[in-house]
Amino acid sequence: MSAVFDAPRPALQRSEGVWHAAWRRLRADRVGVVCGAVVLAFLAMIVLSATGLIAADWQRELAVPNAPPGFVGAQAAEAGAALEALNPSGPNADLSDVDPLAPRYEQWDARAAQYRTVDTPKRHTLPLGADRLGRDVLAKAVKGSEVSIFVGVLAAIVATLLGTALGACAGFFGGRTGDALEWVYNVFTSIPGILLIFAFAAVFGRGTATVVLILGFTGWTGVYRLVRAEYLKHAQRDYVRAAQAIGARAASRMFRHILPNISHVILVQLSILVVGFIKYEVILSYLGLGVAVDQVSWGTMLAEAQSELLLGRWWQLAAATLFMATFVTAFSLLTDALRDALDPRLRGLE
Amino acid sequence: MSAYLIRRLWQMLPTLAGVVLLVFALFKFFGGDPAEVLGGLNATPEQIAAIRQQLGLDRPWWQQLGLFVQRITSFDWGKSWATNEPVSQLIATRLPATLTVMLPILLLDTLLALPIAVWVAVRRGSLVDRTIMVITTVALSVSFLVYIIVGQYLFGFRLGWFPVQGWSDSLWTNLSVYAPLPVLLAVLVGVAPQTRLYRSFVLDELGHDYVRTARAKGLGEGRVLCGHVLRNALVPILTNIALALPGLFVGSFLIEVFFSIPGLGREVLLAVNRSDYPVIQAVTVYLALLTMCVNLGVDLLYKWVDPRVVLQ
Repeated sequence: MSAVFDAPRPALQRSEGVWHAAWRRLRADRVGVVCGAVVLAFLAMIVLSATGLIAADWQRELAVPNAPPGFVGAQAAEAGAALEALNPSGPNADLSDVDPLAPRYEQWDARAAQYRTVDTPKRHTLPLGADRLGRDVLAKAVKGSEVSIFVGVLAAIVATLLGTALGACAGFFGGRTGDALEWVYNVFTSIPGILLIFAFAAVFGRGTATVVLILGFTGWTGVYRLVRAEYLKHAQRDYVRAAQAIGARAASRMFRHILPNISHVILVQLSILVVGFIKYEVILSYLGLGVAVDQVSWGTMLAEAQSELLLGRWWQLAAATLFMATFVTAFSLLTDALRDALDPRLRGLE
Repeated sequence: MSAYLIRRLWQMLPTLAGVVLLVFALFKFFGGDPAEVLGGLNATPEQIAAIRQQLGLDRPWWQQLGLFVQRITSFDWGKSWATNEPVSQLIATRLPATLTVMLPILLLDTLLALPIAVWVAVRRGSLVDRTIMVITTVALSVSFLVYIIVGQYLFGFRLGWFPVQGWSDSLWTNLSVYAPLPVLLAVLVGVAPQTRLYRSFVLDELGHDYVRTARAKGLGEGRVLCGHVLRNALVPILTNIALALPGLFVGSFLIEVFFSIPGLGREVLLAVNRSDYPVIQAVTVYLALLTMCVNLGVDLLYKWVDPRVVLQ
């Protein structure tokens, strides 16, 4: 039996799968690979900070307020020491016979010794400086990346799931269902996006989960339109009708037969949404409609940085901008590469 | 033509009804109790009950929906809960400031982005093209907030070319003194994505056969671009401008907040922070209506731009 299979087969090769071909094209795209690496590095950083391995103590005040960025912390301390040297030194004059409090000093010292006091040495510089409370800007930026990217990705997933489910129903069933869903779509698109977000924000309050829901519930329309168009096209194809003929149920045809064939469209939409939602989260957090007060995100960092910049303290602004620009640029270019890899017809159009 | 118009207007009704239902349901079933918002922290139960009765909150929800529709059709939203200013007056007085800033932004954006896009598209694949695309991508990845913060600091505070913020009652002063900095910043940020978009539209057209034909019969490059390509690319460009039009009326709320411009966007944001429901509801419903009208207007424009379009 095995001899049959082991025999050298003629050129009967399996044709290359969609994902395999896309992966091959993506790997050939140098920009895409570099950007993918940057995005992966950010994701690793997020996982580390979410599990508390790094930046867990971003709220600790470990430097003097508004410490400038730099690595030479000792220099500032030396300058202070030099200043002290100018002051007169030597033992103080003995006043114990006229000082009415003198008998109690020992008692007070003994009592004070009962308490453990920790003298935290405040640092004078930090790699990326400190904010007005002396918190490490680097740790804040790492933690802020975690919150901002997490919110953006999760909201994009919510919006994509919603848009895909509704679009699939509208495109597959058509008829009454399709009309009803088209109506919902028209309603949502006739309200300008930012107003819709504001209206939802006015009602639902604030917090990370709320932002995710608001962005998800308002941002699904683009995915819906594309997915609906794809389902309209695929529902009439032969393979779907063949599946129907062998008795596949509607749900099975929708999600087991058609969905894998249009998953590349959804993936590209998902990554486009991530970039947009991260920008929205930053703006909402800046306006105070976003993450909670005890959290940090790129948006809250920018809100603090605005007044700091006036006093010449640019480092928090620079850190937040740098982190955000790096991630968003890498993610956008990766999205472009992904789209080119998954849908070669579109290459170079935009 | 008139049959088309009537049918389109007729089709707008269900959508508008949907918007009204959405806004009503959102605030009715998910929002906090308006009586408690209005009464404040120290309100007695009697006061709360009085407010509920006054607003009709004690009636069944379908009667409240009737009241809501009545307010929309009569343009009488009552008064803002926060400032006691009539909502219609509030919208009427805030809108001019918003338009003073937003109209120049839209005009400049389009007028600058179009030539750049054509210029870049013709040099597709060259170093200039790729450089500009990379710059646009990087520029787009920085939040608009950063541009405003740095722009205000640099041009307003450090260099002193413009006032950092402010507004006056005279249109001319506003346009010449207070509007330039926000307009400049918004255009700086807006031109990049517009260019990207228009470039793709122009590129789309450049690949068509009629372009080759036009070149083959000896037309100059300028004539090909302006007379043929641009004319055909006008449909997607118009769509894009139309999509931006409703946003014109809410304004860029960020710009209005940063530059203390008493416009509609800032007012809506204030209303969100104060839970001032009538203002948010009124602006949302009317802007949705406006959006639908703009879309209809653009569809009519298509016919004028491209005679091949058949309205049906």
